[in-house]
Amino acid sequence: MCGTTARIHHSVLLTITLIQHSALNIHNSILMLHSEFLQFFITGITVGFTYALIAIGFSIIYNASDVVNFAQGEFVMMGALSTISLHSKGIPLPLAIIGGVAITALAGVFLEKLVVERAKGASVINTAIITIGASIFFRGLAMVIWGKGIYQMPHFSGETPLRILGATALPQHLWVIGGAITLMVFFWYFFNQTLLGKAMRACSYNKTAASLVGIRVNTILVSAYAISAALGAISGVLIAPISYMTYESGTMLGLKGFAAAILGGMGSASGAVLGGLCLGLLESFSAGFISSSYKDAVTFIIILLVLFFRPSGILGKKEAERV
Amino acid sequence: MRHRGFYIIALIALGLPVLFPKSYFVEVNGTAIFFNAALAIGLNLLMGYAGQISLGHAAFFAIGAYSTAIITTRYGLSPYWAMLIGLFLNTCISYVLARPLLKLKGHYLAMATLGMGIIVHIFLVQTGKLTGGPDGISNIPNLSIFGFILNTDRKWYWAAAILMLMTMKLSLNIADSRMGRAFRALHTSEIAAQMMRIDTTSAKTQVFVLSALIASLTGSLFAHQKAFVSPDSFTFFFSIELVTMVVLGGLGSTYGALFGAAFITLLPELLSSIENYEVMIFGLILMTTMMFFPKGLYVTMIETFRTQLGVKMALNSWVNSKRIHRC
Amino acid sequence: MFKRFLTLFLATCFAWFSTISAHAADTIKIGSFLALSGNASILGDPELKTLQMYIDEINAAGGVNGKKLELIYYDSAGKTKEANDFVKKLIKKDDVDIILGGTTSGETLAVIDVVEQEQVPFISFAGAIEIVEPVKKWVFKTPHSDKMAVAKIYEDMKKRGISKVALITGNSGFDKSGLKQLHALASQYGITIVADETYDNNDTDMTTQLTKIRGTDAQAIINFGLGKAPAIVAKNIKQLGIKLPLYESHGVATKEFLTLAGDAAEGIRLPAAALLVADKLPDSDPQKKVVTAYKTKYEAKYGPVSTFGGHAYDGLFIAVEAMKRAKGTDKAKVRDEIEKTKGFIGTAGIFNMSPTDHMGLDISAFKMLEIKNGNWEIVN
Repeated sequence: MCGTTARIHHSVLLTITLIQHSALNIHNSILMLHSEFLQFFITGITVGFTYALIAIGFSIIYNASDVVNFAQGEFVMMGALSTISLHSKGIPLPLAIIGGVAITALAGVFLEKLVVERAKGASVINTAIITIGASIFFRGLAMVIWGKGIYQMPHFSGETPLRILGATALPQHLWVIGGAITLMVFFWYFFNQTLLGKAMRACSYNKTAASLVGIRVNTILVSAYAISAALGAISGVLIAPISYMTYESGTMLGLKGFAAAILGGMGSASGAVLGGLCLGLLESFSAGFISSSYKDAVTFIIILLVLFFRPSGILGKKEAERV
Repeated sequence: MRHRGFYIIALIALGLPVLFPKSYFVEVNGTAIFFNAALAIGLNLLMGYAGQISLGHAAFFAIGAYSTAIITTRYGLSPYWAMLIGLFLNTCISYVLARPLLKLKGHYLAMATLGMGIIVHIFLVQTGKLTGGPDGISNIPNLSIFGFILNTDRKWYWAAAILMLMTMKLSLNIADSRMGRAFRALHTSEIAAQMMRIDTTSAKTQVFVLSALIASLTGSLFAHQKAFVSPDSFTFFFSIELVTMVVLGGLGSTYGALFGAAFITLLPELLSSIENYEVMIFGLILMTTMMFFPKGLYVTMIETFRTQLGVKMALNSWVNSKRIHRC
Repeated sequence: MFKRFLTLFLATCFAWFSTISAHAADTIKIGSFLALSGNASILGDPELKTLQMYIDEINAAGGVNGKKLELIYYDSAGKTKEANDFVKKLIKKDDVDIILGGTTSGETLAVIDVVEQEQVPFISFAGAIEIVEPVKKWVFKTPHSDKMAVAKIYEDMKKRGISKVALITGNSGFDKSGLKQLHALASQYGITIVADETYDNNDTDMTTQLTKIRGTDAQAIINFGLGKAPAIVAKNIKQLGIKLPLYESHGVATKEFLTLAGDAAEGIRLPAAALLVADKLPDSDPQKKVVTAYKTKYEAKYGPVSTFGGHAYDGLFIAVEAMKRAKGTDKAKVRDEIEKTKGFIGTAGIFNMSPTDHMGLDISAFKMLEIKNGNWEIVN
């Protein structure tokens, strides 16, 4: 009798310890998974915001001129490299950044004035090839100016990692995220509240009508290219400390930005942000949970599937076809 | 004579090596031009006639080339089986993808096809056991046609020329056929075409599959000619290059595709002497040509030639009529 | 008008083709294809500079066998297809006497068939062991193989008692061929691979892959890569607070890597040639004179030296010595003489070639280095 109780008591105790033990294990692994998940998320969101900024650049130009500017990625590279060059000449970083962004904006103006404006009325495919030509030209120019070396930029506020619930981030990650959000708020205000912004939107709806109400369409176009180039340059400056820059870095970033803009819906600003974040998170999570070898393949397969079901992107409006 | 241009081109293409015997330049660049031209002509069927952009054409080319490479080197099957398997694979893939892909418009279609090309490229790089990874596959055996072994640059020149001419003839015949008229209708206005009771979806699918098949066949031959394949030949840059060939020559023009292929293939050759500035100048030329000849180099050239000829003929008849009056 | 234009055009074409096929034979033509742009340009750039510098020097001293050397080179951008095209061009159009080059293994492997078929002596500057194993009649190489690099890394790990490693590599040929050796040699050294992650060389962040590695029981991380990616990996490891020892390949044996990775490079170990630590070699080392001379000369003209330029130096002088011994440029004779290279002191080590060994280096040529205070130290 006594023995049985003891035995029962023993087995209960054993069960409890077992449960406790496994609970602890599960708790641990959940914690692990949790911190891993958070880390993937931080990585994805930072990369995603960079893509989003580039995608917004695509959208601004697309809205103003119906052109998909394949040289957008080159603006990112030019912004970063010219800032680095100015900084290495002894100019303090903030001033160098302003200089670098201004130089890139000038390149944007050059692209509009000398190229896009002259090719007015060209078909979609022609403008695509013209901007692809421009991107090759900018890349070649960068190769002549900066050579083939890898450039780095100092982190804005040091490299001491910050711990966030078991995951880590660099101060620069916060700069990227914060910078992107600030720019997005600024652009929301710009397009909805300022005259120039409203004029730009008017142009994107109907150029003839816009010019009839006294909007100088050409000025609008030039400012769209300048703004978009500056935006690209800023995103380049923000990520350069984390990812380094070479004269070729712009191509891949441009491609990802284009994918983000399409995924979100070309021409929609909120679509661009959504598309960028989705793309960044998709890449990070598929590398984390599926396979790092096939992460880009997984990402593109998902983009294809999204397009098959939503042929105008997630937030894109279905365009009425002109007969 | 119908397709007079075709016969002139055939004469030039087949006559060049006779005019310039043992010219490395003619043989090697000629072969490269003809392969690119075959691809561009195939792509032009899709882009120029059916009005559908594809930035992933290198994928079909890759599938053809890798089918040949893998099957001949690893399984020791005859090159013809390899070629057929490549064609079969490409038919399946392009047929399945055609419907969902071709529902997309403009830039969305561009993105989707670009994505398709990139996915194929990633698999070529990452599935090392099958594809040899970034180093690719070498030692692809020679191809022999009716006992005629293709093992020199000159023989490959002929083979590539014949491939290009066959594609060209096919494309010209399609342009003249009922199918071609349907395609052109599609290009101008899909809705109008639908109203004319043209089955736009099946027309688009057909042309998509056809251009994939041309790319597949070219890929198989390309693999045999190089005796070597690697993912570098099938990047999305190459897809973009193909689109550029088509548009630079003149969208919708079969001869234009050949012209564009020759232009884009030879340009780096001509620019290679300026070293550092090569990339920059290439971009500049691409940009300016497209700005000043939006209809494409070949088409603009022909049009100017025709107008000039027209003016001359008009002048001649005017002069003649004056003469008659005087008489 | 049009007719005149056409005839003019055809005439120009004709003139152009004929100049292209014409060539003179009063120089020794050295053909080269190097990755001067793209990811591997950090490797190809010093290779070209080295070739140019020494060819000028040799020519100023009267050339080889009384003939001047002429360098004909193309930028293959690290791409296999371009390399294949350019080698055909070098052989068939430029009619070169010997080919030196091939920055990456992929490029080199892509041209072996052509070189063998056309029977031109070829000395490659690339790593993969497959280049010379099995031996190909006309193909030689000067750098240590990636197999040796992996062996050196595993040897060092064994000494430190490490048996579980995590791998992280890129998607270029260099990475993939190193990865193959990492897998192939692991069991031989009693090493278990517990994680095998990859990244795209254009990626801007590798923390996801490294977080996965952190979740394993790996005792060390090996990153086999080129360009900016290894620097990002080093920085991300620091960011994540991973304390495991990090091994890099000889692909980052450049000053550039030290500046790019900065603090994050501290403690990284990598196998590399003696050239990097020329000043730290004991005077008794037979290589000391050669590597110091090369280093001084290169740095006076172009800035910090890397081992890759050294591979070009070795290749060029092995070729020149062979041509001197062959008393001419007869391709078969030059090839035979290259194969007979014995006791040649180069930057990568002492070369002893033979019909069964077309590299001629042994593992002792590799030094295990550790990065300390932003510089390389020899690990004993």
